[in-house]
Amino acid sequence: MSVNQQAHTGPPYGQPQPGYQGYQQPAYGGQPLPAVPQSQYGAYNGPMPGYQQPVPPQGYFPSLGFPSKGSPVSLNSDTSLAPNFIGSLRAPPTSGAPPPASGASLPSGHLAYSQFGHGDVQNGIPASAAPMQRPPASQPFLPGSAPTPVSQTSTFQQYGHPPASVQQLSNHMAGMTIGSTTASAPPPAGLGYGPPTSVPPVSGSFSATGSGLYTPYTASQGPPPTSVSQGLPLAQPPFPGQPISTQRLPTQVPGFAPPPSSTGIGLSSYPPTTGAPRPPTMPGPPLPGQTLAGPPASQPNHVSSPPPPPSTMAGPHPGPPMSGLHGPPPPTHPPQPGYQMQQNGSFGQVRGPQPNYGGAYPGTPNYGSQPGPPPPPKRLDPDSIPSPIQVIEDDRSNRGSEPFVTGVRGQVPPLVTTNFLVKDQGNASPRYIRCTSYNIPCTSDMAKQSQVPLAAVIKPLATLPPEETLPYLVDHGESGPVRCNRCKAYMCPFMQFIEGGRRFQCCFCSCVTEVPPHYFQHLDHTGKRVDFYDRPELSLGSYEFLATVDYCKNNKFPTPPAFIFMIDVSYNAMKSGLVRLICEELKSLLDYLPREGNMEESAIRVGFVTYNKVLHFYNVKSSLAQPQMMVVSDVADMFVPLLDGFLVNVNESRTVIASLLDQIPEMFADTRETETVFAPVIQAGLEALKAAECAGKLFIFHTSLPIAEAPGKLKNRDDKKLINTDKEKTLFQPQTSFYNNLAKDCVAQGCCVDLFLFPNQYLDVATLGVVTYQTGGSIYKYAYFQLETDQDRFLNDLRRDVQKEVGFDAVMRVRTSTGIRATDFFGAFYMSNTTDVEMAGLDCDKTITVEFKHDDKLSEDSGALLQCALLYTSCAGQRRLRIHNLSLNCCTQLADLYRNCETDTLINYLAKYAYRGVLSSPVKTVRDALINQCAQILACYRKNCASPSSAGQLILPECMKLLPVYLNCVLKSDVLQPGPEVTTDDRAYIRQLVTSMDVAETNVFFYPRLLPLTKADVDSDSLPAAIRNSEERLSKGDIYLLENGLNIFVWVGVNVQQGLIQNLFGVSSFSQISNALSTLPVLENPFSKKVRSIIDMLQVQRSRYMKLIIVKQEDKLEMLFKHFLVEDKSLSGGASYVDFLCHMHKEIRQLLS
Amino acid sequence: MATYLEFIQQNEERDGVRFSWNVWPSSRLEATRMVVPLACLLTPLKERLDLPPVQYEPVLCSRPTCKAVLNPLCQVDYRAKLWACNFCFQRNQFPPAYAGISEVNQPAELMPQFSTIEYIVQRGPQTPLIFLYVVDTCLEEEDLQALKESLQMSLSLLPADALVGLITFGRMVQVHELSCEGISKSYVFRGTKDLTAKQIQDMLGLSRPAVPIQQGRPLQTPEQPVISSRFLQPVHKIDMNLTDLLGELQRDPWPVTQGKRPLRSTGVALSIAVGLLEGTFPNTGARIMLFTGGPPTQGPGMVVGDELKTPIRSWHDIEKDNARFMKKATKHYETLANRTAANGHCIDIYACALDQTGLLEMKCCANLTGGQMVMGDSFNTSLFKQTFQRVFNKGFNGEFRMAFGASLDVKTSRELKIAGAIGPCISLNAKGPCVSENELGIGGTSQWKICSLDPSTTLAIYFEVVNQHNAPIPQGGRGAVQFVTQYQHSSTQKRIRVTTIARNWADAQSQLQHIEAAFDQEAAAVLMARLGVYRAESEEGPDVLRWLDRQLIRLCQKFGQYNKDDPNSFRLSESFSLYPQFMFHLRRSPFLQVFNNSPDESSYYRHHFARQDLTQSLIMIQPILYAYSFHGPPEPVLLDSSSILPDRILLMDTFFQIVIYLGETIAQWQKAGYQDMPEYENFKHLLQAPLDDAQEILQTRFPMPRYIHTEHGGSQARFLLSKVNPSQTHNNLYAWGQVS
Repeated sequence: MSVNQQAHTGPPYGQPQPGYQGYQQPAYGGQPLPAVPQSQYGAYNGPMPGYQQPVPPQGYFPSLGFPSKGSPVSLNSDTSLAPNFIGSLRAPPTSGAPPPASGASLPSGHLAYSQFGHGDVQNGIPASAAPMQRPPASQPFLPGSAPTPVSQTSTFQQYGHPPASVQQLSNHMAGMTIGSTTASAPPPAGLGYGPPTSVPPVSGSFSATGSGLYTPYTASQGPPPTSVSQGLPLAQPPFPGQPISTQRLPTQVPGFAPPPSSTGIGLSSYPPTTGAPRPPTMPGPPLPGQTLAGPPASQPNHVSSPPPPPSTMAGPHPGPPMSGLHGPPPPTHPPQPGYQMQQNGSFGQVRGPQPNYGGAYPGTPNYGSQPGPPPPPKRLDPDSIPSPIQVIEDDRSNRGSEPFVTGVRGQVPPLVTTNFLVKDQGNASPRYIRCTSYNIPCTSDMAKQSQVPLAAVIKPLATLPPEETLPYLVDHGESGPVRCNRCKAYMCPFMQFIEGGRRFQCCFCSCVTEVPPHYFQHLDHTGKRVDFYDRPELSLGSYEFLATVDYCKNNKFPTPPAFIFMIDVSYNAMKSGLVRLICEELKSLLDYLPREGNMEESAIRVGFVTYNKVLHFYNVKSSLAQPQMMVVSDVADMFVPLLDGFLVNVNESRTVIASLLDQIPEMFADTRETETVFAPVIQAGLEALKAAECAGKLFIFHTSLPIAEAPGKLKNRDDKKLINTDKEKTLFQPQTSFYNNLAKDCVAQGCCVDLFLFPNQYLDVATLGVVTYQTGGSIYKYAYFQLETDQDRFLNDLRRDVQKEVGFDAVMRVRTSTGIRATDFFGAFYMSNTTDVEMAGLDCDKTITVEFKHDDKLSEDSGALLQCALLYTSCAGQRRLRIHNLSLNCCTQLADLYRNCETDTLINYLAKYAYRGVLSSPVKTVRDALINQCAQILACYRKNCASPSSAGQLILPECMKLLPVYLNCVLKSDVLQPGPEVTTDDRAYIRQLVTSMDVAETNVFFYPRLLPLTKADVDSDSLPAAIRNSEERLSKGDIYLLENGLNIFVWVGVNVQQGLIQNLFGVSSFSQISNALSTLPVLENPFSKKVRSIIDMLQVQRSRYMKLIIVKQEDKLEMLFKHFLVEDKSLSGGASYVDFLCHMHKEIRQLLS
Repeated sequence: MATYLEFIQQNEERDGVRFSWNVWPSSRLEATRMVVPLACLLTPLKERLDLPPVQYEPVLCSRPTCKAVLNPLCQVDYRAKLWACNFCFQRNQFPPAYAGISEVNQPAELMPQFSTIEYIVQRGPQTPLIFLYVVDTCLEEEDLQALKESLQMSLSLLPADALVGLITFGRMVQVHELSCEGISKSYVFRGTKDLTAKQIQDMLGLSRPAVPIQQGRPLQTPEQPVISSRFLQPVHKIDMNLTDLLGELQRDPWPVTQGKRPLRSTGVALSIAVGLLEGTFPNTGARIMLFTGGPPTQGPGMVVGDELKTPIRSWHDIEKDNARFMKKATKHYETLANRTAANGHCIDIYACALDQTGLLEMKCCANLTGGQMVMGDSFNTSLFKQTFQRVFNKGFNGEFRMAFGASLDVKTSRELKIAGAIGPCISLNAKGPCVSENELGIGGTSQWKICSLDPSTTLAIYFEVVNQHNAPIPQGGRGAVQFVTQYQHSSTQKRIRVTTIARNWADAQSQLQHIEAAFDQEAAAVLMARLGVYRAESEEGPDVLRWLDRQLIRLCQKFGQYNKDDPNSFRLSESFSLYPQFMFHLRRSPFLQVFNNSPDESSYYRHHFARQDLTQSLIMIQPILYAYSFHGPPEPVLLDSSSILPDRILLMDTFFQIVIYLGETIAQWQKAGYQDMPEYENFKHLLQAPLDDAQEILQTRFPMPRYIHTEHGGSQARFLLSKVNPSQTHNNLYAWGQVS
């Protein structure tokens, strides 16, 4: 969203934010302009200006730092700095001395990189680690001249920088550590870092080296600093030398394996874990030399970790992922601490772990003694912390190969990012239902204690891959489906047949019901009905019943639904060419209306309305020679002016419709009407459906805030000043309750509203979307719509929206075993009571998240069952019931709960919960609540499930080790933390969008997928391995693709080979690439083909056509792109992953103490 | 007497005026004793072949309160070039153009034979005639088809430059835009919602856009016609379009469930039609032609609910105050009618249905605006088709027999004052010295507006003699009345017709026989009937009858000669002889009797009675009965049951119906087929004779009468039997039979 707008607006982009510039400058300048960077940082850490200066560079390119580190050539580093980090970074490493030649170096660099990237965690981590350090490196450059000492100084600065990101951590950590770990030697350093004061000391040392700024600090800090400073400098040199080389090498090799395991990680695991991860990190390997020189300073943190890696490596590998963590640590000397940490994947606090490490580690000692202790506290190595990429890769490789068979109760399915086949053997496919936990606490006390929300994300009409069979349609004849007498649950595999099959006992409420005679069947010796395998409702998790007339509105079988296209023909819409486009498209699109599998033509009828200040209905009856237009100006009291001829069969009225669609753009070509109405448009559609006595869907194409005199007229109430105030919530609330009432009427009639918006300014999505939202419709928004650039995206969306499978007039009910109850629902729907979810329309992409609460005890033996029954009208007008059943385990041990959680689902729930919260509470409250809940979840784990360890360690459950990173993404999302360029409409739009997303969508939405295109294997179908969303993972010699379900960015580094540019964009140089492109040119070369096929592949996967944005490095659009590098600190104040992790740790520790 | 009859006839032919008294009683007291008020029937646009209009402006009296037009009765001083107004005696200078005036060189308006003269004046822009069709689509398929054909046919009858518009209605109201190519476009309104004129104009986009000056271009002038022409287009431009549009017109598609009436939004449709014209062409000649096939059943102006089980109001319901929608509906239509009249437009109502269609409520639309009202059983009858066709008939000079936006200004000499008028007009509220305080009909004004009129439109104008008894009028003095009618001719010219008449005063005591001899009993009967009917609209039927009876008694008292207690001695002079008979039939007429008539029928009859000329009115009061037999040539016979004989064919013309009635024997002969036998050709001729005569009547009558061919004992014979004086009833018939 923001993407779109930004792209259009231009200005925002054009002018990088001051902060931004500042950022870069510092980077360049290195020392030069501390002030600027500081300010930015200031926002961040605030604390130390001195630090910040150095920081900027860091933030940018840790990797650079590395290269720069390459003591060999300070020049290199410089050069690298000047260009893009990536480029430079890479260059240095690869080229080593040669770096200067970017071109040459690039390739190699890329390779290296790619490896890293592939290296996953390992590489990635190193990279990240490097970044942190790099800043220092960069600094080093500046000071460059000075050898080690300089480097040290630089390192300090680096510290400072890292502080930005790391600082928080360090601060927190420090705080923590201080509290807890004070004793340990490392702490001191940590202390120094954490608090501003402490920092000074460090700087002090630095200052000593050169910077005046620091000096003051030094003085004050004097004592501590010394130790620190010493440690640092020392550490650096030593580090680089030994650790780095060792680490890297090992890491690379084993790297992969370990990282996954390390997931658990954490700071705590640092020494060990970090070690493990880092080793994997490319940086290490690639830039041994560099590391040696530069890294030292920054590395200290890393370094500390790196060393362990080698050792860890060994350890981790052997162990499984989970154990991996543990594994590594155990090997490490500090058995216990390491262990725990590893097990849990806990993040040790830097210090805490370090100390341990230091002691335990063999290799560490060096580190520990010198760099290890001090640095660790300060920084958290990004590579050491759980990597989503790694987790995804692991799951993919571990579980992607064999089908997921649903026969077993409480089985955790593979991740949404994994391709797997599902075999339905009694439980619904995870494509239909996913739960936050597949093992539910037996009691509400446990549930409360853990704070893990119990929720299911249900996508009742999900599309299945062609290899999987659709739910069977079961017809129980006139009497309708067999149901429990008491709770009305539908027959399902969990019903117990007793008394020889004459009765069955309900698995939900235990009530015993007679089996109707026509349904009777004998039981076999195991108590199973003989016809078990013949009846889908007895053997499968998902199936459909044919509904009888009792299930129909007014006891009448429904008529086939209708689609009504309602097109804004005001000046804006005409001028942009939108109307013509829509009309042209509809001509062909109408042949692809959804139809029941075996039918020759769609049963859906269509109707057309155009409108500006008044509405125009069209009579397109087949018998007419030309269409008739009927204008209704009485918008205050909307009605449908015609009955016959409004909704028609496409084939019968083909010529009339075609002539109408030809006429519409002509008729309004000269319009000067700029005002529009909106509510009357929906009313009109609603009335039309009412008159036709059918359900249906309205496709409304709308361009502006409806300010014409009519019901539902809106005011421009956009006010960014409200952000971060208690009134912010009003921005998400509709202006008037009018639309709520309208929505209610729509739902009652089964009138689903899909909204395509083409705003050039604020049009109050929060209000306009109310009806769409409550009727189960979709909103599509194309800000600053331009035919050339947005046409494809809009048309693809429209096509998909029109063609996709959809049910109407739906009611969904979730029944559960006694003991839990569905209490809360999230999604696009309307509820008139507390149990029934009503949707005027429900398509294959719509998802409902249901939260459960205990109202009694569950038993471990019987587990917990869910039955989701969806009553709907198919697109051919058939009334059906779709049933999904899912059985879950129940536990009395919290550990079981934590072992069977699914973080992606959890995030889906939390995001929806939070996004609903902003309607009623200040955003800050919502954010705090989120953080708090997660902290409680993790703290509970730590307290009850993890083996005892130092409080300084952050220990995460394996299943939830990504919770912090994902949660941070949610917290940073535009809704909860808007950047200055994010419009109110965008926020409202995203809010509504997310609310009906499924798990896969939220996953990629919050943690975008970043693919290095230059690493793609041109000859295979596979996607290149994703890398983590951090700027420091980018190489300026590469091209990357980032997608989040709404946008695709193609990021081109400044140093990308000309050949690649030529191949991909058809232009000869970087500067000629136009970022106005909305598609990639079709070029006949393997690379172009590959990239385009990747994009096509991604487009197919998503429910919306993503907007393609070409971002050139250092271009104004890059700001936008960086917004999606979610592991980094965001411009709007969102914490970086590392910082947030530290913050979480602090929170957890507070909870524990 | 013969002289008076001739005089009267001559006057009527020349001036279109018939006075009840052609010699006027000279004092107020005497006048009231005459019982029949001094009044006249004025046919403002009476067709005159010998009246070439003059092409200049009339010369007006310069006194602001008078402004009478120069006429033959004025005294002229040819040397001084002065003329004296014969109403206010103001001396006026002739305008410069009259410089050459002399005794031998008189302008036309001074010649005695031009007591009625017509001026053509050039004032303001000429706008074409406007015809706005308002068509009900809740019709049976056949009816709608017939109506569509009639409408399509009418396009060819309209003047080529006339503007036409089309509004259709049923459950909704659609205003069709006529200028669209490739797609037919219409504005649709809910039929249940009353909209103000402003709302309607806004919704039709007729109101001026708020930002017209934005472009800085002076678009104003062209804009006006552009806007209005969306709905009203010249026939020659869009007759193809409109023909197609009418051809594609569908029955109202909304389902009508069993036991329901279709929802018909006549009230809103009319309201929109009025609003449309009001916003586009105020004060221009325009006809709103409403074609409806049933009662309004929803929205403002609804007359009956849509439940078939509740029948539409009858006189019985109305008397019992049981007609729930009537008052509201009437009010709605009255408001509309007044607005329409104020804009100078008129509303025609063509109601064709077997049941009532709400004419009672809607009558004012036609009555106040001078519109036509036609009632038939179906649009698929020749009655409707020919009537409708006849609307566009042309006069002898090839001009449409319709005029618009007329205002009638009446001026009187001092001894007279104007009491009021009865006819298809509304008051313009022009107070003046010659306006009486006593109102008869629409009074309190000396000017009336007649939004639409044709050559037969006739108003009754009532006067009051105000001369006091003790202030005798000089012998030989004459009272004068001037009628000035300004109107828009069908050729869109503005014209002024001026009629100035004078009558002698006579002292009722000394010269009663003069006055008596100058009594025009036909005119008097019609004038009294109009008063009666006018009263009947607002009063209880019996009261009106009693009043009428009393008037007759008083008249007979005054002018009859009789010996006390000897009924047989009663004599009336010849000039009064027919009057009681007229009154007798008037009492029995549907204008005063509602029994056996629906409220709609009553309204319909009264409507026509209040606008037809004297001859037609008399036919309505006392139908004409002709007898055809072998005994002699066709002869008029008494409207009496004794005229019904077996060997006669009777032709009755009641204006609304033409009944041909075969006597018993004749009917048997016809059944036996004698007319087909060559030897009985005379019988064939006899049968044919009334048919031919009827055809002749049908040719000229508007609206087309109901044509009934029946015979003795036929069910339709009731039309005849109900009209004749029942001198022979079953009682005396039976007695007669016994005697024989």
